[in-house]
Amino acid sequence: MDDVTPYIILSSILFTIGCVGVLTRRNAIVVFMCVELMLNACNLALVAFAKQHGNLDGQVAAFFVMVVAAAEVVVGLAIIMTIFRTRRSASVDDASLLKY
Amino acid sequence: MSPAFYVLAPIMVIAALGILFVRKAVHAALLLAVVMISLAILYAVLEAPFLFAVQIIVYTGAILMLFLFVLMLVGVDASDSTVETIRGQRVLAVIAGLVLGVLLLLGLSQIALGTVVGLEEANSGGNIQGLANILFSRYVFAFEVTSALLITAAMGAMVLAHRERLTPKATQASLAAQRVRDYAEKGEHLGPLPAPGVFARHNAVDTPALLPDGTASALSVSRVLAARGTVRSAPALADDIEEVQRSLGGVPGGAGSAADTSAGSGHNTERGTGVPPSQVDDPSEEGDR
Amino acid sequence: MYLLSDAGHVPVVAPTGADGIYSLMWLVVALPLLGSAVLLLGGRFTDRWGHLLGTAMPIGSFVISLLMFVDLLGRDEADRQVGQHLYDWIDVGSLHIGMDLLYDPLSALFLLLITGVGSLIHVYSIGYMAHDPRRRRFFGYLNLFVAAMLMLILAENYLGLFLGWEGVGLASYLLIGFWQHKPSAAAAAKKAFVMNRVGDIGLALAIALMFVTFGTTSFSGVSALAGGASENTLTAIGLLLLLGACGKSAQVPLQAWLLDAMEGPTPVSALIHAATMVTAGVYLVVRSNFIFELAPHAQTVVVIVATVTLLWGAVLGCAKDDIKKVLAGSTMSQIGYMMLGAGLGTAGYAFAIFHLLTHGFFKANMFLGAGSVMHGMNDDVDMRRYGAVRHAMPVTFLTFAMGYLAIIGFPGFSGFWSKDKIIETALAENWLVGVLALLGAGVTGFYMTRLMLLTFFTEKRWKDDVHPHESPGVMTFPLIVLAALSVLSGVLLLGDWIVDWLSPVVGHAEHHEPPIPALAVTGLAVLVVAVGVAIAWFLVGKREVALTPPEDVSFVTRAARRDLYGDDINDTLVVRPGGALTRALVRLDSSGVDGVMAGGPAQVAGIAGFLRRAQNGFVRTYALSLLGGVLLVVLALLAVNLT
Repeated sequence: MDDVTPYIILSSILFTIGCVGVLTRRNAIVVFMCVELMLNACNLALVAFAKQHGNLDGQVAAFFVMVVAAAEVVVGLAIIMTIFRTRRSASVDDASLLKY
Repeated sequence: MSPAFYVLAPIMVIAALGILFVRKAVHAALLLAVVMISLAILYAVLEAPFLFAVQIIVYTGAILMLFLFVLMLVGVDASDSTVETIRGQRVLAVIAGLVLGVLLLLGLSQIALGTVVGLEEANSGGNIQGLANILFSRYVFAFEVTSALLITAAMGAMVLAHRERLTPKATQASLAAQRVRDYAEKGEHLGPLPAPGVFARHNAVDTPALLPDGTASALSVSRVLAARGTVRSAPALADDIEEVQRSLGGVPGGAGSAADTSAGSGHNTERGTGVPPSQVDDPSEEGDR
Repeated sequence: MYLLSDAGHVPVVAPTGADGIYSLMWLVVALPLLGSAVLLLGGRFTDRWGHLLGTAMPIGSFVISLLMFVDLLGRDEADRQVGQHLYDWIDVGSLHIGMDLLYDPLSALFLLLITGVGSLIHVYSIGYMAHDPRRRRFFGYLNLFVAAMLMLILAENYLGLFLGWEGVGLASYLLIGFWQHKPSAAAAAKKAFVMNRVGDIGLALAIALMFVTFGTTSFSGVSALAGGASENTLTAIGLLLLLGACGKSAQVPLQAWLLDAMEGPTPVSALIHAATMVTAGVYLVVRSNFIFELAPHAQTVVVIVATVTLLWGAVLGCAKDDIKKVLAGSTMSQIGYMMLGAGLGTAGYAFAIFHLLTHGFFKANMFLGAGSVMHGMNDDVDMRRYGAVRHAMPVTFLTFAMGYLAIIGFPGFSGFWSKDKIIETALAENWLVGVLALLGAGVTGFYMTRLMLLTFFTEKRWKDDVHPHESPGVMTFPLIVLAALSVLSGVLLLGDWIVDWLSPVVGHAEHHEPPIPALAVTGLAVLVVAVGVAIAWFLVGKREVALTPPEDVSFVTRAARRDLYGDDINDTLVVRPGGALTRALVRLDSSGVDGVMAGGPAQVAGIAGFLRRAQNGFVRTYALSLLGGVLLVVLALLAVNLT
């Protein structure tokens, strides 16, 4: 039986990369992809922990995360499209009117 | 530790880092697909065959394809400029990310996971059966809530994507009248846009049609292709054609005239093979055309 | 009664209820007040008949006063104090102050003087202000003035008196600055107002001290309890009252406003100087006799102030060329005599009031006469451009002459009796003060003669475009009445009537035998005055009068022309240090206090301005701060885990 620690470390690295991506990319769709990357990193950790503890609850949680991610992507992309439709831009920096 | 991990982990990290640096969203999506498929394999390694399948089907197959669809609607040529507009954002983000990574690893070093139990016992009745047992017993309420969530998300997406028609639908006659008016007022080209040059050897939408004076017509190729920079130059193609003719052993003018006629027919039957600019920007108007 | 006998000779004010004619007492104040309200609130609708209404109101008050006076004459001496309670004015905690009126022999005389002379001045003003487009407003202010003064006189407690006191200050401000388009008039009004405020502070503090000491501010309460208070307290109250009196009566050191107050229309000067404002201080001292009698030190200060003032005013009168300013200086001097009488105690109160009455008549007479002369001389006030006016204005000249003879104390005229009595009493009390008072009488003779000569005698010096003419009847009638009173009011002293009349209020004086017989004093006074007149005759009447005042004059004359440096003294002692203090405080306030106060908000604003940059609307910035929060949480978790 091998150790799951490397999986967790990989998960951490992916999560961190996702974080930095969210903070640095400006295209809303790419930002979204980075969010997906973070979710997937979490999923990896969940699955690894499931194996560590020998029960399937972790896998069920990962399954739920996928469902929620799907719902989130649908709504999020719809929002991005709506914004693009009105503003002709998919940059998250252009939608900065909330400060006023 | 399976060898698959050691093979896949560097690929995943590199692909993920690539997402940070590539300029084009399409490339980012493809890199993300690499990460996701690798993840699916890791799931399989981690004794989660059901999630392996779901990851492939739902994530890579559905969600990522949704991304690509939206990218197509928004415009595949949309690419980020690499210049950071918010002062200090990039530096701070990198620093914060590094700190987060260090902290996470530090946290990992603080815990002792102990012996891995393994899923042989849990998966003894089959992984899918085991998951189903938990899902429909212990997590049945969450499962039902998830269904409500999905319904809501579907409704939301429809509401957001829907656009109320505020003006009456333009008829064919009014469109034609508008086109003539535009020609009279702004001098817009009255007829259909020129078709791209069509050559026997290529499905040559990336080749501009030649105007009578021998110059290339910019109107004849799709704006997307022009943005990608993959438009071929007509003179270069002409050289190609001559080379082909030479290799075929001298059928003088045959190919050229054939190309001319096909180009002419395309010109007449279809108005603008290339995607008109408005269609690139606003896919919802496609039905109106 | 025990207190009374213990305190010795202090009379207690104990009014009886008002009935009969006395129930109309409140109307004396209310009528002019109503008049001023109608005139000032009625606006232009009252322009046509406003002056008539304004004149009728004080005449109505005069009639009521006269009726009450006649009734009071018929009463017993012990029964001559009538009080009227109108309503509860202030009723807070232990402070119970009613709107009470008091009518006694003292206020009876004042009422007659104020309403009588006031009415005559109103009549005179009809003619004098005939061409002024704001005459109606002028009469409104005059009525307000009279009403405030009557309130001052009739109030039964110090707070009511203070009400009238402040009303007089307000009305004088309005009237002195009536021609506010002249900057000098506006400045004079402000000056009078501010200097009066200084005195008012004294009065307010005195009232507060009285309330603290006695728990009441009514005359009856204070007079009954005064004997029980310590002498130091009474001295403090007395000095504070004196400060108030100095402000109102233009006594040194608060004298500077009086001469500038001549900027007002002449009837106002007459009203201020003869019947109302400046007499208020004398009234206050006499009315507060129950305090001053028990505070000998305060009384001494009163005498000193009065003596200085009577000489100060006389010297000013010698140097001025402005006819009204000469009269103003003489007023200051004469008020000094009254204060001297009031400061001399029981023996002098009655004579102070007596001189106040006679002065009220002859000074009003002369002021109105001076106004008449100015009226005929195109409002020129410089005596050096008068001369030989007697031919053009016979009535004015004759009436003015009556006032002149009265003020210098020509035997038989009213001023002779009243001033002589004060000098006599002063000599009996303190020879130095008496001699100074005598000297003042001589100087009075000098400057009044100078005024007479410059104005009515000597050769004519006015320009050809000036046509002196007699004033209309509405102006000469008051002059004639006042001239008659100037001559005749000496009869009040017949058989010491006024002393007996006032004794219920100010007490009986045991008769001191003067160091020199009264007749000798009288003779001496007449002699001194004659010398003053003679000097004036030789210095002014016999010489050529220059049209412009000569420059090569002695230091004393220069000083007198500059009001004996009164303004400079005020400027040096009060205005400049006050200004410096104010500037320092402003600096302290703007740099210190404001700095501290504004520093905090400025810090907050700075921090806010810094934090505002975080709110730049970019979602990625917000995400960054979110990540920062995550880092903190993770750090906290790790820290908890590690410990």
